[in-house]
Amino acid sequence: MMNWTLALPELVLALCGLAILGIGVLPKRNTFFPCAMAVVGAFLLTAVVTLGVPEGTAFGGQIAADAFSRFAKVLILLGAAAGVVLSIDFNAREGLDRFEYPVLLLFATLGMMVMVSANDLMALYIGLELLSLSLYVVAAFNRDDERSAEAGLKYFVLGALASGLLLYGSSLVYGFTGTTNFDSIANALSDPTKASAGLIVGLVFVMVGLAFKISAVPFHMWTPDVYEGAPTPVTAFFAAAPKVAAIALFARVLGGPFGDLAGQWQQVVVIISLLSMVLGAFAAIGQENIKRLMAYSSIGHVGFALVGLAAASEAGMRGLLVYMAIYLLMNLGAFAVLVAMRRQGRAVEQVRDLAGLAKTDLGMAVWMAIFMFSMAGIPPLAGFFGKMFVFKAAVDAGLWTLAIVGVLASVVSAFYYLRIVKVMFFDEQVGAALDPRPATVSLVMTASGLFTLLFFLYPAPLVAAAQAAVAALLG
Amino acid sequence: MGGITEMAVSLAHFLTVSAILLVLGVFGIFLNRKNVIVILMSVELILLAVNLNLVAFSAALGDLTGQVFTMFILTVAAAEAAIGLAIVVIYFRNRGTIEVEDISTLKG
Repeated sequence: MMNWTLALPELVLALCGLAILGIGVLPKRNTFFPCAMAVVGAFLLTAVVTLGVPEGTAFGGQIAADAFSRFAKVLILLGAAAGVVLSIDFNAREGLDRFEYPVLLLFATLGMMVMVSANDLMALYIGLELLSLSLYVVAAFNRDDERSAEAGLKYFVLGALASGLLLYGSSLVYGFTGTTNFDSIANALSDPTKASAGLIVGLVFVMVGLAFKISAVPFHMWTPDVYEGAPTPVTAFFAAAPKVAAIALFARVLGGPFGDLAGQWQQVVVIISLLSMVLGAFAAIGQENIKRLMAYSSIGHVGFALVGLAAASEAGMRGLLVYMAIYLLMNLGAFAVLVAMRRQGRAVEQVRDLAGLAKTDLGMAVWMAIFMFSMAGIPPLAGFFGKMFVFKAAVDAGLWTLAIVGVLASVVSAFYYLRIVKVMFFDEQVGAALDPRPATVSLVMTASGLFTLLFFLYPAPLVAAAQAAVAALLG
Repeated sequence: MGGITEMAVSLAHFLTVSAILLVLGVFGIFLNRKNVIVILMSVELILLAVNLNLVAFSAALGDLTGQVFTMFILTVAAAEAAIGLAIVVIYFRNRGTIEVEDISTLKG
């Protein structure tokens, strides 16, 4: 008897998606707002179902429901719901208020949920493609805008290449272990000395494919272009939930089936982590477009998070998960401010457009300053604790170089974060003031700001949840 | 008949062909300076290399998983090609060109 209830969250979300698609297309009038609300409702419903699902594997070992997937799924649903909420006002003003938009985000989220509970290379691929195919479309969603179309095209080409490389790696792993199931691969590799050269090549290909998806250097080149070209709420969505899902998948693949090959993948993760931190710090300095700046900032954050994975220890994995949870929440807040940047009805996205914000909208300027301080890693804000957990794990694992470069990179990146604060509080305003911010933006900004500001008072639940997730992953 | 020595096609032959297809596909994406359609063809070439690999391994291992995987890849590749062509169409409507060298509005 197959235990299909383990896949109940995915089933619920898929059925809600089909229902919303059907209901959205029928009426003659525009159904963007009711569909967006229904999608947010579906996310909340799925989150509740996720919390009540028992643990185990289903569908012949394709899907695993455990504390790890539950932790990742709740974060993903939270990030995705905030992403939909942020799009409501922006899309209506830009003429992007078509009901397909929230439905596409719903299916992307479904893909992410399949990804993080995948226990087989096949389920991994299907989840990843459901996510990627939906995201290619939303990147090009503003189809009359040249830059959005170009972002979609670039994302598609490099995303398809990444999927191809991941698949080629999967095929080699299958060929040299005789199975695609994560548990069986882990059994086959329990004696690391037996790992053949073909298998190692396969592992490297799988890592390259996943590194594209998390936009780690040197596979990051699509990120700045796609973040800049895509409509701002789409960028906000990209930078939040899919990043968490891809990192969680990366951690599961390396920590689960290939856990015994840690000696082989650890060096690779150390190198991409170092490169991502350094590039994220230096390349963002000269950026005038704030979406592009946030793209480099997100590359840097992936580098910091990978420090925890490079440690290849329980503390490191826990640090990685805590880092991604904090990154998700503070990043949503920062992107809420970007979504609200609008002057005389037109969306603006240069850093200098924030000049004098403290005089016209002190609340938004203060929250943005908190997000920037937190991303720079200044205590007692949430971002500091994320960095502390991963660097401590790296030091404990003897990776001193990684920890020292990480701290230095975070000092360099403080320069451009603080520059935004300086522009908001001390520069003279150019042109008219920014338009009043919509209520949806205030909601996301305040919720995420309160988390970032007050995390240090009560970090225990998040750390305990991450600990349970890691225990389930490393078994 | 005579003269023709029979040579069995082994797993290594399949893997070599598929590795060559993969390299062709990757080079097609990075070296091609002409047309986006060629990039879409290169992506298909990479996926075909993967399918060949999986089927060859499946036959050699006497295990069906690889062939099932191939079916999934074929299905997803069709969806991927449809979306890729749709994006190329909206790009062409905006710019009037699909030359690879012209895709450079976003940079920095």
